[in-house]
Amino acid sequence: MYKLRKSETINIPIFTQDLMGALIRISALVLRQLYLLKRSWPRIIELMYWPTIQMIMWGLVTTFLADKSGWIAQAGGVLIAGVLLWDVVFRGQIGLSLAFLEEMWSRNLGHLFSSPMRSWELIISLMLISLLKTSIGIAGAVIFAAILYEFNILELGFPLIAFFFCLICMGWAIGLMIAGLLMRYGLGAENLAWLVIFAFAPLSCIYYPMSILPDWLEPIASLVPASHIFEGMRAILVDGVFHSSLLWRALILNLVYLLVGIIIFLWMFRSARIRGLIHQMGE
Amino acid sequence: MIMNQTILKAHHLTKRFGNITAVNELNFEIGSNTIVALLGGNGAGKTTTMAMLLGLVIPSSGTVTIFGEDFESNRYKLLSRMNFSSPYLDLPHRLSVEENLHIYAMLYTVKNPKRRVAEVVYNLGLGEYLKTPVGKLSAGQKTRVALAKALINSPSLLLLDEPTASLDPETADWVRKYLENWRKENGSTILLASHNMNEVERMADKVIMLKNGKIVTIDSPVGLIKRYGRSNLEEVFLDIAKHKTLIKNI
Repeated sequence: MYKLRKSETINIPIFTQDLMGALIRISALVLRQLYLLKRSWPRIIELMYWPTIQMIMWGLVTTFLADKSGWIAQAGGVLIAGVLLWDVVFRGQIGLSLAFLEEMWSRNLGHLFSSPMRSWELIISLMLISLLKTSIGIAGAVIFAAILYEFNILELGFPLIAFFFCLICMGWAIGLMIAGLLMRYGLGAENLAWLVIFAFAPLSCIYYPMSILPDWLEPIASLVPASHIFEGMRAILVDGVFHSSLLWRALILNLVYLLVGIIIFLWMFRSARIRGLIHQMGE
Repeated sequence: MIMNQTILKAHHLTKRFGNITAVNELNFEIGSNTIVALLGGNGAGKTTTMAMLLGLVIPSSGTVTIFGEDFESNRYKLLSRMNFSSPYLDLPHRLSVEENLHIYAMLYTVKNPKRRVAEVVYNLGLGEYLKTPVGKLSAGQKTRVALAKALINSPSLLLLDEPTASLDPETADWVRKYLENWRKENGSTILLASHNMNEVERMADKVIMLKNGKIVTIDSPVGLIKRYGRSNLEEVFLDIAKHKTLIKNI
């Protein structure tokens, strides 16, 4: 009689079971946020509110400057595209951080971490929730940009998908670092979720080329993934050229950022477990 | 009562927070199909011990073995057979009872979550609150929902931190009866931390008395009352709190 080898009898089914279990748990965590969104339409409106308001403001600035600046006139949508893409970073980070904060506010972290949920499953679910919220938020602004200013960001084509991915990854990386700090320092560090990302804004060169930065600041800005994305965006909109080297630089930097974000999150989780903080967290 | 298998074993379990030793060299075993109570005053180390048994706190030293396996290295596998309820934790307030239970059924990868949610809802009499947000329930109703969450995966080991805290006597009595029946029907093991002496006297097969993070004594409630020459567990507790010595040696 044919006997199954150990690896065939145990490892494969267990791996499959583990994977299925992980997918179910990730779905559960995403579902929890969907239930929240479903119950509160103001939350959905709020997701779209700021990106749309920002876009309208910068659209008006563009209209005003178009007559006065050759550069703006040449690439009419460069400011609107900047604001829309920067919002991907901001929404990506805040979406992740707020999903984590929701668990802290509702004093639910102790229940979650005493369940079979793995830390990496929580990380993936936070990323998916952030992706969903960012997409909802940006979609509204994109539609309004097309209606009000006849600017269709989708005309950026394939690079837009790559830009979006790179920018949201940067948001996730910063969001994970903040979530880690929240676990370690509690709700006293809550404001970090709203503040930290803005320190990256001047260095991301959203509305101006990196070359206008002071010499000493340029190397620092080049370490921010978003700065390469915005350079790439301007290259397409102003010169009609796609520089893949800029995208690669952003991708590599993002990998480093994500790795650092995940390490900080896991490190802080362990630190919180050592200090007995997890089951005490909440309002 | 069948108590033939060790479900949980703590070996020199210690937790230090800086200079403070919250839990000091705990050694105990819990057999299957029993209710064991961790008893002690404020700061005795009950909640920290519970948190270590759930992986929420990493011990400074010592080990925990559950179902014969080392807890730290098999944490997620073992946690799927355990569950937990505490008045110090909440379920998301804005989600309904049904939504909360469904999410936890999925987190514990319960087969057929819808059916299991319906079962626990029926057993705990939560049918009429199914669509109600948890935040709008009374303390007693919330306790029942927390219990439903704790039983969603039919755990072999259930940890309860003060299961009847802040409940009126009638609701508290209902919860105790329910837990006793549930344990009998399922042959599960319950470890409960409590301040309530009557509750422990009534429910527990064994009491682990803690003081300043150390085990003072382990015995059945009847055994403790006899050894201390007292009429109830509360008097024994007060004796221990006042440093009185045992009438008979352990």
